[in-house]
Amino acid sequence: MVSCNVASPCARAVPVLFLALATACASDQPRALAPPPGPPSHPVTIHEPERLRGVATDERDASGRPRRAACVVCHSLRRPQVLPSSMSELREFHQGLLFDHGQQPCAACHVVGDQSSLHLSDGRLVPMTDAIALCRQCHGPQARNYDHGAHGGMTGFWDLSRGPRTRNHCVDCHDPHRPRFEPSQPVLPPRDIGLVRHAAPSKMPARPGAPTARNR
Amino acid sequence: MTAPTRRVALKVLGGTLGAGAFAYAAQPIARWAAGVSLEETLRRHYKELTREELAQILRHIEAQTHETYGVEVQVRDLPPQEGVSFGYALNLSLCIGCRKCAEACHVENNHDRRTNNSYIRVLEMEQGSFDMERGQVDYDHTVPAPGKYYMPVQCHQCDNAPCVSVCPVEATWKERDGVVVVDYDWCIGCRYCEAACPYHARRFNWSKPEIPAAEINPDQGYLSNRIRPQGVVEKCTFCLHRTRRGQLPACLEACPTGARVFGNLLDPDSDLRWVLEHKRVYVLKEELGTKPRFFYFFDV
Repeated sequence: MVSCNVASPCARAVPVLFLALATACASDQPRALAPPPGPPSHPVTIHEPERLRGVATDERDASGRPRRAACVVCHSLRRPQVLPSSMSELREFHQGLLFDHGQQPCAACHVVGDQSSLHLSDGRLVPMTDAIALCRQCHGPQARNYDHGAHGGMTGFWDLSRGPRTRNHCVDCHDPHRPRFEPSQPVLPPRDIGLVRHAAPSKMPARPGAPTARNR
Repeated sequence: MTAPTRRVALKVLGGTLGAGAFAYAAQPIARWAAGVSLEETLRRHYKELTREELAQILRHIEAQTHETYGVEVQVRDLPPQEGVSFGYALNLSLCIGCRKCAEACHVENNHDRRTNNSYIRVLEMEQGSFDMERGQVDYDHTVPAPGKYYMPVQCHQCDNAPCVSVCPVEATWKERDGVVVVDYDWCIGCRYCEAACPYHARRFNWSKPEIPAAEINPDQGYLSNRIRPQGVVEKCTFCLHRTRRGQLPACLEACPTGARVFGNLLDPDSDLRWVLEHKRVYVLKEELGTKPRFFYFFDV
């Protein structure tokens, strides 16, 4: 049973309520959009891996990274007349170099007497730092994807009218002598409440489309 | 005057117990309200704020963050850009399941350190299976494992977003550039959106996020990575505090393999459009009609 013998305060409250609602339901504030992206005005640069300018030595710098020696440090004195055909023939330099990149001999890419260049399949020389030109001769689909931003990491701006972008070099991720991407341990294991509590596999048969504790 | 009968005594006892129980049950509300100012209680919806009001609120949030966490932060509200509609594509042939994207999200978006929260879940999937519900998220072995592939899942910024339509208070909506956002100060924490999302993309702040002062990202957005209060829902915003300035999202920059492609769907010369036009892209749970802006593909 409702006893509404307090009619007069009710009558006073209703207009106040309407007023409050009207104030609360003010129309959306129109929001100005930012101007559209302009034409690209910043460059896309490809990061240059240190590896293409020298080799790591046993010595370490202040921050614990191995000191690197430029190729010319040794090769100004030592100029091999022939390149070995396999790693086992390396007696003095580059010992212990691991190689797992098909059955290529050193000379497939390297140039006798010119340690800072590589040669393409047609004999043209390219600087070591332009190794991508060499890679793309065999790895066409990857090179095509790379050219369209669908392979290889990057940082910077999606909008080149506002800032530059830096692309990874093939050699940043793939050791040319052992190009397989190294397996790694995953980071940041999930520790959410539900997940940890229900970490054991559910005994219930999984219903397609039903959310389960495992992937919440 | 009623005679003091047993019935009256029982009524009084019952009434007292009831009132006591109610007061006890309502206690947390009083405690909760202690940390919320009158200004915050009366604050209007984000979309109704004038520029001046919003600017005031941003300064207020900065001051509050300084008070609570002891760091100087900058909270901005960047508007969407004209002629920009964001999309994302992910190459599952490249993803190795290292979870670096989830980690970058964790750091960029000021997530709670205790729970390792992140807007990205990486599912370890059986090769040949597309059943997202059978993916494992707590794998802890060297990756990539043989016979598996890895599928990172985050908010798909659906054009027909179930999370938006179920919100009873319109605390979540779709912005002009396609990003689905949450007004953390309007959210009532009912978690309907979390239940409605078929991609498990929303997270609830069960507790006040714990982040050491030195690790707080000071570059914050009102609708994105500012530190969320307890009791509200949050989600991936494609890092709009970065992407609306033209930058790439944090998860993409962290990806060591380049599996992620981000860009403007309206720009025919973008990498993203090339992927959509040249790869066999698909979306998760297409049959639900959610119209995601997040596409997956394999290298064929």
